[in-house]
Amino acid sequence: MTTTTSRKRLLNGLSDATGGIGDRFRALPKWQRGLAFLAFVAFLYYLPLLGIPGLTWLRTDSIEGGNNWAGVLFVCAVYVLIAIGLNVVIGLAGLLDLGYVGFFAVGAYSVALFGSTQSPVVKALQERFDLPQGWAVAWAICIPIAIAIAMISGVLLGWPTLRLRGDYLAIVTLGFGEIIRIVVRNVSWSGGPHGVAAIPGPEGAPSADNQVFGLIDAKPWYWLALTVVLLLVLAVRRLENSRVGRAWLAVREDEDAAAVMGVYPFKYKLWAFAIGAALGGISGALFASRQGFIEPNQFNAQLSILFVAMVVVGGAGNMAGVALGAFLLAYLPERFRDFAEWRFLVFGLALVLVMLLRPQGLIPSRRRARELKDRAEEVPASV
Amino acid sequence: MSDQNPDVTSEETPDLDEIRSSGPVPRQREVLLDVDHVTLRFGGVTALDDVSFSLYRGEILGLIGPNGAGKTTCFNVMTGVYRPTSGAVRFAGQKVTGRKPHQINRMGIARTFQNIRLFPEMTALENVMVGTDSQHHTSVMGALFRLYRKKVKPHELPVVDSTNGAVRIWQQVRLGCAKVFGISRHTLEERAGERKALELLKFVGIVGRANELARNLPYGDQRRLEIARALATEPKLLCLDEPAAGFNPAEKEELNQLIRRIRDLGYTVLLIEHDMRLVMGVTDRIVVLEFGKKIAEGTPAEVRDNPKVIAAYLGEPADAA
Repeated sequence: MTTTTSRKRLLNGLSDATGGIGDRFRALPKWQRGLAFLAFVAFLYYLPLLGIPGLTWLRTDSIEGGNNWAGVLFVCAVYVLIAIGLNVVIGLAGLLDLGYVGFFAVGAYSVALFGSTQSPVVKALQERFDLPQGWAVAWAICIPIAIAIAMISGVLLGWPTLRLRGDYLAIVTLGFGEIIRIVVRNVSWSGGPHGVAAIPGPEGAPSADNQVFGLIDAKPWYWLALTVVLLLVLAVRRLENSRVGRAWLAVREDEDAAAVMGVYPFKYKLWAFAIGAALGGISGALFASRQGFIEPNQFNAQLSILFVAMVVVGGAGNMAGVALGAFLLAYLPERFRDFAEWRFLVFGLALVLVMLLRPQGLIPSRRRARELKDRAEEVPASV
Repeated sequence: MSDQNPDVTSEETPDLDEIRSSGPVPRQREVLLDVDHVTLRFGGVTALDDVSFSLYRGEILGLIGPNGAGKTTCFNVMTGVYRPTSGAVRFAGQKVTGRKPHQINRMGIARTFQNIRLFPEMTALENVMVGTDSQHHTSVMGALFRLYRKKVKPHELPVVDSTNGAVRIWQQVRLGCAKVFGISRHTLEERAGERKALELLKFVGIVGRANELARNLPYGDQRRLEIARALATEPKLLCLDEPAAGFNPAEKEELNQLIRRIRDLGYTVLLIEHDMRLVMGVTDRIVVLEFGKKIAEGTPAEVRDNPKVIAAYLGEPADAA
């Protein structure tokens, strides 16, 4: 009895503290919030150069001295991008998508198959059109191709399945993720189980001559990923604060009532799927470019579950929340690499603790009270 | 604030021009909704049996009947939830049957639900703005890139009012941009929607709670919010499904006034209700259903004296059985 009350008190205190910070931040004038945001962005760009003790103690086997801080930051940025994309699908539109790794794989394989000189697709193109041996699609063109293919696959998956609701949709999407992986493993034009190597980055195929986006130094990669994340955060924010975002929320809350209010649920759910897929595709493309090599087993269903966990732990529906969730779930396993096999136990325990103490996520979604300039005095901004 | 002093909100007068029904001035006795020999069967159960009635523009029609008479089913047929087995529903000359709910809403039918169905995790204002969005045209790409821009009148341009130097410069830059490039349709629609939503919230008397989550509103305010949300879609016909359920007499009287005010704005109202006093007091005509059949139709006075209606509500006299 006493333990539950004390836990409740602790919980309330915790949520008061975090909620209080959020409220105080929201109460600031707009320009001050803008300034704080810019300062935070500058901090993020500076982060890989900043040797914060404790944070940067990352053991790796690939680098002398064992510190791959920038590389881990790059992975974190890619995961944040995934979380933001998945948040559109799960958090805003309320569609549980357990096959998100499928879109991640589609993005990664698009870049690999069109950009790598060793891929079967590029070889076939070379033969068909009499192109020189070193020819491949440029990286800058691979990215839009990856986005387009991911979006198309999102629409193709969504078109027949979005009539399903809840658990049924989750099962179908789970199947989709597995289908992508198994197909890619078993067809000949995808490199099969051996994967695809020599995937290009912004400077072409990976080699020791690359000046900026090299193999060893991950800082430029992190800055590239961070820039993409920031641009897409702004884009998703624009959608969130428009009739599209409201339609998504309305469909999430009550699909039938939304339909009666003039929202066409199928259209908006399909858009959420397509946009989520596009973001997944971009992150997959970035991931593949950095790795230089991908193979089907990197895209297993476990990863899908991890993506959903990032959204749920962070707080579905809140972009800051899911970004934090993604950062933690990408960073913590790296940080606790020293614990070897125990780290997954710690990881699981941490997840269970979060779900017990903060079931709505670390930073729960709170609907922003609209700024009603003309009636700020009369209307209590209590939300 | 507002819950301690409800008068503050009720005294506010909404801008009625903002929310008036936009249709043409009604001709005399123009049929708006025509329910034409509608039959609906679920397997062996006949929920509606050859029901026909018409609804004229500008009137308040009551649809009453004992429990299980098929009132809500009738409603669901009208709003496209169910497809009738035979017969048709026509609205302003167009067939309703076979269309999807959002298309029917676009034709001009809005409804509320018997068991309140708001969007609980959205604020009251956002709930209403989902309704106003149905009249807007910004697409997903339009909301993302905001390239569709319009020149606006001077009073719609951003204001430069800050005393802080840096902020003032920023505001002037924004004003300059708005003058040169115009303002995006997204922004204009967002503003118009918010303005209209606030007027509607004033109209139903809950503007003081505009920023509260719909989930946290008291029961009566949730019912009002549902009416405001339905009105926001600019319907020609507003269907209210038992709006007075769970209300005390004072609240029922307020609702009575509200429905009349809605009619005065040019909307046509279809009212399903159990509470006889409310129905008799507010409606122009009444249709009575029993076991899926229409048993009477007429003015409240006619219906009240109709022996079939009395029998339906009070039971047959023992000697007649």
